[in-house]
Amino acid sequence: MLKYIGRRILLLLPVLIGVSFIVFTLMYITPGDPAAMQLGEQATEREILQLREQMGLDDPFIVQYGRFARGVFTQMDFGRSYRTNALVFNELLSRFPTTLTLAATGVIVAVVIGIPVGIISATKQYSLFDNSAMMFALLGVSMPNFFQGLVAILIFSVGLGWFPSSGYATPMHMILPALTIGTSSAAMITRMTRSSMLEVIRQDYIRTARAKGQKESKVINRHALKNALIPVVTVIGLQFGYLLGGAVLTETVFSINGIGLLMVNSIRMRDLPMVQGGVLFIALTFSVINLAVDILYGFIDPRIKAQYK
Amino acid sequence: MSSNNESSVNKDLMENKGKVKAKEKTRDDAVVKNYQSQTEIHSHPGTIEPEGFDVKAVVPEKRKSQWAEVWRRLIKNKAAIAGMIVILILLLTAIFADFIAPYHYATQNLENTRVAPNAENWFGTDNFGRDIFSRVVYGSRISIQVGFIAVGVAMIVGGILGSVSGYYSGRVDNVIMRLMDVLLAIPGILLAIAIAAALGPGLVNVMIAVGIASIPRYARIVRASVLSLRDQEFVEAARAVGANDFRIITKYILPNCMAPIIVQGTLGVAEAILSAAGLSFIGLGIQPPIPEWGAMLSTARVYIRDAWWMSIFPGVAIMITIFGLNLLGDGLRDALDPRLKG
Repeated sequence: MLKYIGRRILLLLPVLIGVSFIVFTLMYITPGDPAAMQLGEQATEREILQLREQMGLDDPFIVQYGRFARGVFTQMDFGRSYRTNALVFNELLSRFPTTLTLAATGVIVAVVIGIPVGIISATKQYSLFDNSAMMFALLGVSMPNFFQGLVAILIFSVGLGWFPSSGYATPMHMILPALTIGTSSAAMITRMTRSSMLEVIRQDYIRTARAKGQKESKVINRHALKNALIPVVTVIGLQFGYLLGGAVLTETVFSINGIGLLMVNSIRMRDLPMVQGGVLFIALTFSVINLAVDILYGFIDPRIKAQYK
Repeated sequence: MSSNNESSVNKDLMENKGKVKAKEKTRDDAVVKNYQSQTEIHSHPGTIEPEGFDVKAVVPEKRKSQWAEVWRRLIKNKAAIAGMIVILILLLTAIFADFIAPYHYATQNLENTRVAPNAENWFGTDNFGRDIFSRVVYGSRISIQVGFIAVGVAMIVGGILGSVSGYYSGRVDNVIMRLMDVLLAIPGILLAIAIAAALGPGLVNVMIAVGIASIPRYARIVRASVLSLRDQEFVEAARAVGANDFRIITKYILPNCMAPIIVQGTLGVAEAILSAAGLSFIGLGIQPPIPEWGAMLSTARVYIRDAWWMSIFPGVAIMITIFGLNLLGDGLRDALDPRLKG
């Protein structure tokens, strides 16, 4: 098992370096002189040239990337904001708990709705419940979460006055954003659980379990569910990552001061290091979550465990 | 029934002209059916038609192609039909937007701002007094363009990368697929945001951003399909008659792996429209006054408390479009590969 974990971690490193390279390249090709942007409109040409040299902006691309990557991977140095001169990493880190909580509550909503609905749908295939659940799941996937957020605000904040429409101070603030961000994932998990469950309950060992007179609830809960949920775990992990990305939109809708809103504001103000840092930070978190899911997968899937014994 | 009987009747069917009377209708029925299933011959003039039996009704004119079969399965699926109708309406709306919309999308009427839906402005007006119905109608053009062009670009680039990767394997495969892994390590919408932030706002840049972000998915699908077909006998046969790699890939391999690409393409258009709307929503996509649905929602957010119609109609337009594409995509998947049907 250690060999498996070690292999996964080793595979992650080149991906992380690749991600940092792509993010750096994207910001490198962005038009505009970073030195001029940092100094503002009143700066003289001499000052700009001085700062360019100080920042190493005249060095070849690859040297600049090397410096950036060394900073990121050895000292967690993501650079400084053009606007406030604050350390990008500290700014991101201070907002990370908010974004992480938002994504995590979204995942909880998704799992709590998705798995039971998926199981019932599969066990009662083509029933009214199944058909309506699948229709709702498709609607859930089809509704952009920023629109859903607006509708939620319209109904539950403006109309009924049950929940606040912006901010993230109390648990009451968290409910609408969590429902908003979690719905499309709930739809994905429902569909995945259903199809995985359907595949499992058609297998011979389930027929055997039924043939020996096992109660249907036990057949489903003890025999089928264990195997059916293995692929669902991967989907949950992936969804967690996507929710971190999707948080950019949800945070904008609900004015939640997380990494997403910080990035959107930074894009508007052309604060490139902050945008670069934000993308990189979320991509790194996404990769680490995927790594964790892969490792978890190794533990719950005996076939993978057996390979590395 | 003896095999002699069968072969003699079959022979008659093929060769004799004129009519012969069948002695036992039921027996002939069975014979012809059996015959059809064994040989699937084509009906042609001069074929014997036993009395009271219409051979043409039983023996097909021509063997159905795989696509005809897929089409037959698709139109049996009510949800897929609903999806097709939605897409058709959307396409017609986009084509005839000039005739459908009562006003131009940019026509302002500052004396008539944020008016609720009424007989004159069916969906109400926005903060500049522009007719929301007209803007939603014109918006269909933008969404269709972004969806289809972005997915087209992603399919072509991803398809080339995937085919090269799958066909040649080895080092080329390794390099391309690791690059795809890196792109996949960044959540799609975030990658699109990063690219759009670098390129700046605008319709073309949104298409590029959304397109690039979805390349890895097509590359992976095409690679997997090419890998599964590369060593098949018909590819070996093509190689044996001297076809070059380009011809083998384009003429023999790709046409045989279209099913997953078409399904992913349909669902991909939906995702591309969603991503583009998302980019516009945070101000990175299409800029006003172009009536992009996401951009309209972005403006509407500020007025959510007193002008609900500004957000509901563009939002519902996005939702119905994506829903239609998803229904069609799911239907296509079931029709192309019935084994996958849950």
